[in-house]
Amino acid sequence: MTEHSSAFQTLPRKSATFDDYTLSEIRRAAATGIYDIRGGGTKRKVPHFDDLLFLGASMSRYPLEGYRERCGTEVVLGTRFAKKPIELRIPITIAGMSFGALSAQAKEALGRGASIAGTSTTTGDGGMTPEERGQSQTLVYQYLPSRYGMNLRDLKKADAIEIVVGQGAKPGGGGMLLGQKISDRVAEMRSLPKGIDQRSACRHPDWTGADDLELKILELREITDWEKPIYLKIGASRPYYDTALAVKTGADVIVLDGMQGGTAATQDVFIEHVGIPILSAIRPAVQALQDLGMHRKVQLIVSGGIRNGADVAKALALGADAVSIGTAAMVALGDNDPKWEAEYQALGATAGAYDDWHEGLDPAGITTQDPALSARLDPVAAGRRLANYLSVMTLEAQTIARACGKSHVHNLEPEDLCALTLEAAAMAGVPLAGTGWIPGRNGF
Amino acid sequence: MTTFDLETQDLRALNAALHKLPLAGSNQAFRVLNPNGEHSIAVGVDADVEITIDGPVGYFCGGMCRQARITIEGNAGQGVGENMESGLIHVKGDASQSAGATGRGGLLLIEGNASARCGISMKGVDIVVKGDIGHLSGFMAQTGRMVVFGEAGESLGDSLYEARLYVRGPVTSLGADCIAKEMRDEHRAELYDLLKAAGEAGKIDVGDFTRYGSARTLYNFHVDNAGAY
Repeated sequence: MTEHSSAFQTLPRKSATFDDYTLSEIRRAAATGIYDIRGGGTKRKVPHFDDLLFLGASMSRYPLEGYRERCGTEVVLGTRFAKKPIELRIPITIAGMSFGALSAQAKEALGRGASIAGTSTTTGDGGMTPEERGQSQTLVYQYLPSRYGMNLRDLKKADAIEIVVGQGAKPGGGGMLLGQKISDRVAEMRSLPKGIDQRSACRHPDWTGADDLELKILELREITDWEKPIYLKIGASRPYYDTALAVKTGADVIVLDGMQGGTAATQDVFIEHVGIPILSAIRPAVQALQDLGMHRKVQLIVSGGIRNGADVAKALALGADAVSIGTAAMVALGDNDPKWEAEYQALGATAGAYDDWHEGLDPAGITTQDPALSARLDPVAAGRRLANYLSVMTLEAQTIARACGKSHVHNLEPEDLCALTLEAAAMAGVPLAGTGWIPGRNGF
Repeated sequence: MTTFDLETQDLRALNAALHKLPLAGSNQAFRVLNPNGEHSIAVGVDADVEITIDGPVGYFCGGMCRQARITIEGNAGQGVGENMESGLIHVKGDASQSAGATGRGGLLLIEGNASARCGISMKGVDIVVKGDIGHLSGFMAQTGRMVVFGEAGESLGDSLYEARLYVRGPVTSLGADCIAKEMRDEHRAELYDLLKAAGEAGKIDVGDFTRYGSARTLYNFHVDNAGAY
């Protein structure tokens, strides 16, 4: 090669379509013959709350004084039919995560942190543990297709019931807890032998469709003497119609989970390609509630990628009554902490990218049933970290609400927002920044 | 004997009265008149109580009950005895789909036929059906026993775990991982006890039944089994 030709050689160019990750996944599939299973929510970039901004107060809006003028954060859930609605100090709840997927210590820590912060935790697909009930001032008991661990006496101990129709990471999908995470205790709670894969069904065994579900809700109300709020959790896919149907079935609270919401384990292709981002789901859900005259009467909790007080404030401004966090709560406990980097590397991952939660080898001791690994998590200290984090999120949401002149975070409204991108403007139904343009709303 | 007439009294009053019974030692009897297919009759009861329902019931009758002994003098709608934990539910007529779904204990006795998904996801309950059962019965059944005097529809015991199914009549087809198994002495003894509980011991020969159970080949995911489902 002459000096002349090398000077004009182009740089090696990788394909944007066949990027390094895609190539590695093709090679992995070719080598193993199995699709990739992992935990968490979507990892690809999707339109999100970052694409929205608050306008704040100026000439035409008056702000409230930070640290001085009150800005309420309390929320009451389940006011439609339940005799004993849930009263929370903050509009941020802890999403359902199972004992089985999570260690007993992690569940206890979630309960401790939530109770300090004045909010609720939620069981998962595996029943209610005494640690969790004991440490959670307000506990929502999930009613899932598998009914693992579901029983009358625990149901009566719950503060609310959440019927799970689906979740954002995998609308239309069930789950699988692989055999390696099935300890004696997990096996006992789920009425299955130790060490075998435990399939969580994708459909409920005794009802199909909204008409049946209405009767199922009636049954649960009768069982619990109409005391406990009944939530209905759905994965974001057809939010307008799903919300309308949820109202029709008689739910007190709708939990709407976007595709960023995590799962303990499912196929990567499911996580990345089924369901829609939470940003695009809130307005249609709120619209359905408004069309039925049920906004604020049937409460809406949204989840999927909530990370900070700004996300909370934006979700509430779009019409939600509360938000729910799962992945972020796990991170607050210690998930993916760089202090375990050497061990993440040994597992073929790196801190921040570790998602093989189903394998039960979590160095942070959260998504595991291994006694030695689980013992790494101190439930008291981890619970305190979660409480601190919830407190910061709440303060951040209040800061924004006061800047918008709101005396309660629920007074935030779409008019307080603008969008940075056309996609976000269309999805959230707020104008593109600096314009009055809401794509699809005013003639365009 | 306490009598509730659902033509003049509402369901809420009935279930509230049943829920007020003490956990132990109530030893009471309730009679429910004119059920007329009402849903959620006698659900979530946790007491030593005898409940007789004088006619057909709708969805979820006896759902999530413990201890209670319920007799339904008629047909039962969807999900009768769902998630029952102990006690007895005796259906004198036929049962609709998902009878005994996720049941954890006790005995569900059906004099007539049961429809699709009988014993789906059962977790310890015993189910005896004197007639036939519909398709996908025993789907993902975890533990417990199901006895069927008549025929079973398509895909019996699909993705079965450790539940044991005894069927006397023909089975249209077996579901994934469900196989006929040898009847050993312990199975004949177990079946005899179940027939006894159903009031049929001595009248029916345990030797007429075939035992079905899990081949246990799908207990741990393996790519080579992907086509088996």
